[in-house]
Amino acid sequence: MIDAAVARLGRRLRGLVGRPRVDLPLLGALLLLMGVGLVTLYSASDLDRGLVLAQALRFALGLACMFALARVPPLTLRNWTPALYVASVLLLVAVALLGEGRGAHRWLDLGVLRFQPSEVLKLSMPMMVAWYLNGRPLPPGWTTLAVVGVLIAIPAGLIAEQPDLGTALLVVASGAFGVFLAGIAWWRIGLLAAAVAAAVPIGWQFLHDYQKDRVLTLLDPEADPLGNGWHIIQSQIAVGSGGLWGKGWHRGTQSRLEFLPEHTTDFIFSVFAEEWGLVGVALLLVLYAFIIARCLWIAASARDTYARLLAGAISMALFVYVVVNGGMIAGVLPVVGVPLPLMSYGGTSAVSILAGFGVLMSIHAHRRRAAPW
Amino acid sequence: MARRRLRGRGRASAWSDSAGKPLKEAQLEASLFRRRALAGFGLIVLALVALGVRFAWLQIERHDEFRARSEANRVLTRPLPPARGLIYDRNGVLLADNVAAFRLEVTPEQVADMDAMLAALARVVPLGADDLARFRALRKGKRAYQSVPLRMKLSEEEIARFSVNRWAFPGVDVVPYLTRAYPLGADFAHVVGYVGRIDSDDLATLDKGEYAGTTHIGKTGIERYYEARLHGTPGYEQVEVNADHRPLRVLDRVAPQPGENLYLSIDADIQAAAQAAFAGRAGAAVAIDPRNGEVLAMVSVPSFDPNLFVNGISHADYAALLAAPHHPLMQRALRGSYIPGSTMKPFVGLAGLETGVRKPGDTILSVGEFHIPGQSRGYRDDARGGHGRVDLVQAISQSVNTYFYSVAFDMGIDRFAEVMARFGFGRPTGIDLVGEGSGVLPSREWKRAHLHQPWYPGETVIAGIGQGYWVVTPLQLANATAMLAGRGVRHTPRLLRAVQRGLGDRPTPVPAPAPERVVHREGDWQAVEQGMVEVIRSGTARGLDKGFPYTLAGKTGTAERYSRTDETWTSISTSAIERHQVLFEAFTPAEDPRIAVIAVLEAGRSGGRDAAPIVRAILDAWLPGDLERQAALQATGAAVAEPAP
Repeated sequence: MIDAAVARLGRRLRGLVGRPRVDLPLLGALLLLMGVGLVTLYSASDLDRGLVLAQALRFALGLACMFALARVPPLTLRNWTPALYVASVLLLVAVALLGEGRGAHRWLDLGVLRFQPSEVLKLSMPMMVAWYLNGRPLPPGWTTLAVVGVLIAIPAGLIAEQPDLGTALLVVASGAFGVFLAGIAWWRIGLLAAAVAAAVPIGWQFLHDYQKDRVLTLLDPEADPLGNGWHIIQSQIAVGSGGLWGKGWHRGTQSRLEFLPEHTTDFIFSVFAEEWGLVGVALLLVLYAFIIARCLWIAASARDTYARLLAGAISMALFVYVVVNGGMIAGVLPVVGVPLPLMSYGGTSAVSILAGFGVLMSIHAHRRRAAPW
Repeated sequence: MARRRLRGRGRASAWSDSAGKPLKEAQLEASLFRRRALAGFGLIVLALVALGVRFAWLQIERHDEFRARSEANRVLTRPLPPARGLIYDRNGVLLADNVAAFRLEVTPEQVADMDAMLAALARVVPLGADDLARFRALRKGKRAYQSVPLRMKLSEEEIARFSVNRWAFPGVDVVPYLTRAYPLGADFAHVVGYVGRIDSDDLATLDKGEYAGTTHIGKTGIERYYEARLHGTPGYEQVEVNADHRPLRVLDRVAPQPGENLYLSIDADIQAAAQAAFAGRAGAAVAIDPRNGEVLAMVSVPSFDPNLFVNGISHADYAALLAAPHHPLMQRALRGSYIPGSTMKPFVGLAGLETGVRKPGDTILSVGEFHIPGQSRGYRDDARGGHGRVDLVQAISQSVNTYFYSVAFDMGIDRFAEVMARFGFGRPTGIDLVGEGSGVLPSREWKRAHLHQPWYPGETVIAGIGQGYWVVTPLQLANATAMLAGRGVRHTPRLLRAVQRGLGDRPTPVPAPAPERVVHREGDWQAVEQGMVEVIRSGTARGLDKGFPYTLAGKTGTAERYSRTDETWTSISTSAIERHQVLFEAFTPAEDPRIAVIAVLEAGRSGGRDAAPIVRAILDAWLPGDLERQAALQATGAAVAEPAP
């Protein structure tokens, strides 16, 4: 009987090593990224152990979410998708009606914890698009595209109204990538891009004044050195003064002397660039590229269209985080509140990103046997 | 169209596991996905490379320029918090002041052994457990070179003692600051309120820029309601610092704009007299100018010293306040719940005229008990055997229950509730304070919503004498009395009278919300007013006007605190003073009312004996100022308004 138990345990262990539920290269890359994130945060917070510990706890919570989601088969996720989508949109409506937050209505107070329903959309949005496209003939035609457009526009509009343009952008991107990966014809992409370009002047009218300011400031930051331009100028000084090799860990004066605003959250990349230089930046970008590539590989070996599109959209959305945040740091994109994945301090974003990887891990665990290429 | 194209290529009959698509289609979709994923990844790499190029441009090509700027980057922008606006009464008596004080601040970076230093310092300047706990909490959010307040409000002796021993405590400094002080203390605790330290709840809703450098925020009363006016606009200074973050010199300075000074409608003398008249007995009083809704006095007894809260109240003080009899922190005037009793009768009488169920001359026979037709239960009068045949005037002056039982019963609860709602019962008055109570206006809707029960006719009868479900706040009762005095013109009661932007500026009056007229027939008022004048001349508050130059109009109320069927009623002491909530409402001069006052005592013998003298004391405090204004008015012969404060 003991023998049987030992044998079962052995089988279990062999199964775990031979065919693990999680993708080990991806997990390794994520752990490395989190490590870099904590080290940078320790420096950026001026050696505040409490802050680093809090972030580490969030990572632990996120990893727990990831491992839990990795055990949920994609088919189950698919069945739950419409309900999850509707629930998350209803939460957004609830926030619009009774939310609270600094100037912007983003938070929902649940008594025990406060959270941002828009974070849930980062996952439920690509899930919904993948779910819908899964049942449609591909590549998608105009009707399909119109429906997907509505599915994206409802939550995106609600989030943009909060106003949280950064998250709205990420939600739109994660939905749009689903459509792109589903094989929408290039000429349709061209037409849609032209339509969006034409709509930009109209959309401009709906921006809040402070959002317009942020875009205008980008064009000429020196015109407003104490207001909106401050972030852009100080961030570029931090990055540029880092040079090729950087100033060294905890030697960055820009953040230590508090010239750099939000240096533990949205602007942590500046601290990293100042202290580790171009070499560090290049290695970090390579690490992100590896994670995205690995995720796309997992997507390509997925079992069905739903899993494939979902995994693909999640991985490409990750890229939007990196490029929008990096572009903001380097002064080429306006200041929007998009965190750098697993580097920026902050609870909900770390957990929602790791939950997204949990979905990828699940898709990986339930992949097709044969290699995709 | 897309489907047709795929069909045309594939002639598969096998089915894949996804969405019931033919295997061939699934394979086509998969290969389509692979091509797209590759293309997508190509774009991603392109974008990341572009980003890398931008970083390289900043970090290599422009490195020298940015390094130079980073080294020159020694100019910090520091916020300068604005001075909080002051609060005055209507005559310019200071109610909330900013006074200079000194506190101990510690710069953790310069302290080698914090615990040892604190222990040594405690022998020089007493440090409470509260001080140390707050110090540790504040220290968490700050950097080592930022100083953290340790002890607020040092006494002169403490400053002297510390100065002598200063050499022993590097990194500890005495720092001047402005703190809020309330010179009149407890008299205004429930009106002006108090400021307190900004806590994490406040931080979640505050504009960080507007409150940079500010440590305190209005927590209750006027301080809270007019926070936006009182706060002001912060300025900033640009300071050059060295690499260790020590300031070298100030380069630029934009002065902060102090907050607005507020002039309240309250008269501090009347307020003090009202507070004193209670002699510590629990209750509330409110005085309102019926011509414009300005609140002249508003007291809640017992009160407390608001100065205790400004720099964080100690646990011992707070525990003492919570344990004190009659809950001093309770804002009775604004949110206390009282049974109005007979003070409702003038309103009920008026409602009877307004709805047409009675004419002023109609009489009712009071025989000691009122019966709903066909029911055996009797509703009693105060006088055994009744008051005989009475009209409205006598019914008010003698407080004859039967008259109002029958008026309410004839009106029916729906019309009753509709007319009484016009006097503002059952909803907040809209005064400029936070947390106002609503009271209860008995109605079918209220009972269904709160008790889930239908309405019974007997409840209409007792509602007619202000009993049953009725609950009013003192402010509601005062507001309604002011409407009675103003013959049906409703002004939203308000405390803010004028604001002053800079010290040199003239205070500008705050525009009042437009009054609304709620009861229309002029003739209806005379009988009610006459009844209220008779209350003082010959009725339940006989002799209250002794030595008072103006005609008073008033009404007593004596409500039972406990139901007679309640067990507490038989178990409590039998003295009448324990059993009754007593009230009095009045306005004067009856011909041209300029003040309406109400007083509520939580325990007393009767409205006439215990509450009415408080109202008289308030009127006595109001009288000298009024006589002066009237004399001035006569002298100029013009209807000039009161001089601006």
